[in-house]
Amino acid sequence: MIQNPSRPAVIVADQLTKRYGDFTAVDSISFEVPAGESFGLLGPNGAGKSTTMRMIGGVSQRSGGTLSIMGLDPEQQGPEVRAHLGVVPQEDNLDQELKVRDNLIIYGRYFGLPMSYLRPKADELLEFAQLTEKSTARVDDLSGGMKRRLTIARSLINDPRVLLLDEPTTGLDPQARHILWDRLFRLKERGVTLILTTHYMDEAEQLCDRLIVVDQGRIMAEGSPAALIREYSTREVLELRFGADRNAGAADAVAGIGERIEVLPDRLLIYAHDGEAALDAVTARGLTPLTSLVRRSSLEDVFLRLTGRSLIE
Amino acid sequence: MNNHEAAPSTTGPSRPASLTPLVPHPPATSARKTRRFGSWYVAEQYLRAMKGYLDIVIAYSVGNPLIYLFAMGVGLASLVDANSGTASFDGASYLQFVAPALLASAAMMTASGEFTYGVMSGFKWWKTYYGPLATPLTPQQICQGHALAVAIRILGQSIVYLVIVLLFGAATSGWAVLSILTASLAGLAFGLPLMAYSASVRDDKGQFALVERFIVMPLFLFSGTLFPLSTLPWFLQWIGWISPVWHATEIGRVLSYGYAEPLWLSVVHVLYLLALTGGGLLLARRVYARRLEG
Repeated sequence: MIQNPSRPAVIVADQLTKRYGDFTAVDSISFEVPAGESFGLLGPNGAGKSTTMRMIGGVSQRSGGTLSIMGLDPEQQGPEVRAHLGVVPQEDNLDQELKVRDNLIIYGRYFGLPMSYLRPKADELLEFAQLTEKSTARVDDLSGGMKRRLTIARSLINDPRVLLLDEPTTGLDPQARHILWDRLFRLKERGVTLILTTHYMDEAEQLCDRLIVVDQGRIMAEGSPAALIREYSTREVLELRFGADRNAGAADAVAGIGERIEVLPDRLLIYAHDGEAALDAVTARGLTPLTSLVRRSSLEDVFLRLTGRSLIE
Repeated sequence: MNNHEAAPSTTGPSRPASLTPLVPHPPATSARKTRRFGSWYVAEQYLRAMKGYLDIVIAYSVGNPLIYLFAMGVGLASLVDANSGTASFDGASYLQFVAPALLASAAMMTASGEFTYGVMSGFKWWKTYYGPLATPLTPQQICQGHALAVAIRILGQSIVYLVIVLLFGAATSGWAVLSILTASLAGLAFGLPLMAYSASVRDDKGQFALVERFIVMPLFLFSGTLFPLSTLPWFLQWIGWISPVWHATEIGRVLSYGYAEPLWLSVVHVLYLLALTGGGLLLARRVYARRLEG
């Protein structure tokens, strides 16, 4: 990685490792994030993404390697590092005993911020999160999407230049996800560095300038979503369904079509530059799939190629 | 998709664009301020949350002394005073004798609730400890802030208690005011080691109910509270010596009606309470750090 002097690295991880007893959750990973970039960690549950985030956030001590956030070591200067960051944890841990607005104000107090700043800032953030009308509601009465937005608003109370988001939209319905993506995109436009983990490929494609694909604590690949797709997949994918018992058998029949074939329990994937041409080749062999679909390659295909497994199982 | 989301909001109390944007102090200032005052910030959160059930806190603080003072200091006292006169209690009435003990016991009982279920709530039920962990606060400050808030609650409750004691005419000396501090100290001397224990509990399988039943209750009953420790058989007297309630009660008696006790013993009482409080806090800080930074 080339370090650009005009965009100094916000995060530098070198051989970062976390072990719990015999289990190695994060296995010697190295990466660098320049200021203003949206950087993603993509991988299935248990890949070590959250553990990495917790080490960056200075709430989990590493077992090996070095880590520098804004030039500071989170282990030695935890409070200084955390003062720079906004953190959106995987599980909402809002204060259930406080009203919506008080959640923002009290959290801001933990940064030593004065009330003269916090009162107008809390109102500004409630508006940003579209929660102005809920200002005096109890946290319990908010929907899942609202809680998530409040958690994000809370993470912005100190106006951080770096925002850590752990699975920001997991468990939300599509509409709530789109609202969140829109808010995150605005932050990105303002120059906030976003570090996010996700196991949703569409989320990674929407939000990340660059990402690392992580599996079992290791980095499998690194690059922009488009570059990864170019490198590890074909332009298009033909999806064929022959019915549950016949997919595996059909794989032999379509052998040779496209560049590569993946057999999944419910469908066959034929990787080809031209999906329609591949479909023509399939029908030319007298095969009649129940359904067929030609689509663009996605990060899901990259992950499948790299690990032999799907992201969401 | 969500066209209305993309449009700039024109409703709501948005600040005019001409206003300078809100700029917080720099991160280094946050870190410095929180390093210095972090425990107070955490305590502030607890006290704000307490506002939500302030009526219950007040009802408890007023109702509890009334119940105990009427039952022990008036009801039971009429029987005791009629039987033994004031001879058994250094010239004090039974009401005067039990009041300092009830004051210290109340502090212990409040501490036992706050430092068991309250701690479990922070780690597990409501996870209130984990949100602040991502801020410049340290796990030690999260521990201390909680302890500080409980200390403030106990102090407030002890003040109310003493006012009621005075209304009952159960203290004859102006020094009784100081027993607010010694009783609160008893609450912490008992509560902070308990806080360390609670922080090590992963699942509440009834341990806290056992603490109530087999630690709090015996300490209340056998700490020279309702009868002098010397009237207990020798093999039970050790309970008093380890009990923060006994130590605080004995000083409380010295302060509120001039109970005669050698000075060195009073010093031992205070030192013992301070040692348990300090030791408990150190231990709790360590357990919190280990659990929150895993």
